[in-house]
Amino acid sequence: MVISKKPLHFIAALLVAFMPLVSSANPSNDSTAVEAHAVAKTEEASHEGVHAEPKDEKAKIKEFINHHLLDSHSFYFNADEESGKHFGFSLPIILWDNGFQFFSSSKFHNGEEVAEHNGNFYVLHHEKIYKTDASGKLNEEHGHPTNVRPLDFSITKSVLGILLIALLMFLVFTSLAKSYAKNGGIAKGIGRIFEPIVLYVRDDIAIPNIGEKKYKKYMSYLLTIFFFILFLNILGLTPFGFNVTGNFTITASLAILTYLITTFTANKNYWGHIFWMPGVPTPMKFILAPIELLGTIIKPFSLMIRLYANMVAGHVVLMSIIGLMFIFKSWIGSSLSFGLAFALSILEILVAFLQAYIFTMLSALYFGAGNEEHHHEDAHH
Amino acid sequence: MQIPEIVGAGLIVIGAGLGIGKIGGSAMDAIARQPEASGKIQTAMLIAAALIEGIGFAALFA
Repeated sequence: MVISKKPLHFIAALLVAFMPLVSSANPSNDSTAVEAHAVAKTEEASHEGVHAEPKDEKAKIKEFINHHLLDSHSFYFNADEESGKHFGFSLPIILWDNGFQFFSSSKFHNGEEVAEHNGNFYVLHHEKIYKTDASGKLNEEHGHPTNVRPLDFSITKSVLGILLIALLMFLVFTSLAKSYAKNGGIAKGIGRIFEPIVLYVRDDIAIPNIGEKKYKKYMSYLLTIFFFILFLNILGLTPFGFNVTGNFTITASLAILTYLITTFTANKNYWGHIFWMPGVPTPMKFILAPIELLGTIIKPFSLMIRLYANMVAGHVVLMSIIGLMFIFKSWIGSSLSFGLAFALSILEILVAFLQAYIFTMLSALYFGAGNEEHHHEDAHH
Repeated sequence: MQIPEIVGAGLIVIGAGLGIGKIGGSAMDAIARQPEASGKIQTAMLIAAALIEGIGFAALFA
């Protein structure tokens, strides 16, 4: 076996292979302290023969899932309920409020306290930063605070994830590119895993959909979004609890990029088919134009929704099933939920690949549609 | 969630499930008939399934 000759590599590969397994510890306050707590509770419950406050447990799991789906201003793995201690680290807060304001998110004490910086007071409310007075009171109106919200450029958890993946992609793919020059056209190291994927994106996504002549100028974008989405999806399965691609703003930005590229690189045939559809009766052309125009917006919109909804659905289902462990509180429920979570984690890896593939594929399809050559006048569109 | 919303979500899931199931079944038939074209059939199947999925999710969220 090649792999066993390098024990370090083997251990690293093993670690990566088992990462989704460890992620099963993700949803439910994954420290041993809390587990011990849960075990203690289980024993208590079995002594009394009743389920101890099952509703409270359910509400807690729901809250935890909702919290996970949101972006966060600090990065912590776990909070101890009794002592109120949070395990993790703070992230920098960057606000635009009459000049840039930098401070650490530890000033908020996990949203419990008012942060004071340069004579201004800020409050964290549902992961949104509001400006307040010294007391930190929010003026609520119809359940929504009406306080001023300074522009928030903070390095949040999602931003950290994106930066991490950007760095990783940069390192991996520059080393792949360099290894070609060094080894005379043969990939080396980790690049050997990624070379076939790059070729797959080129040969099975770009060329069939865009065409032999024009695919080259889109390759960089297609490869970037493919690996960006793939890596972020996989990162979402690790126990760090990132949820980047399950975030509306990020999928929306990706979809807007695809829309802009489609719009600005399309040729005149594309616009001709939108505004003056050839081969249909003239009155129909007036009806088709707005529909087609709307269609150009619906396409990236569906890209955005698809990726977002798939990732959110995956995270919610996985976390709910692990949450069952804390509701059943018996060995049979726990082992069942572990097995289900294991199977689902494997399914989620498939989904991670599939969604990256679908996004890239459909982007390529739209680019191809924007670059179609004029074939024959009575095209059946 | 109100009861009409739950029923609506159920209808959406039934519709999307039927649609994707039909696509998958037809793709299976097609691959069985022409195994050499399986790559192309799979691609077309995934695109069609993704489009239905997109509509399904849009309806669920709306």
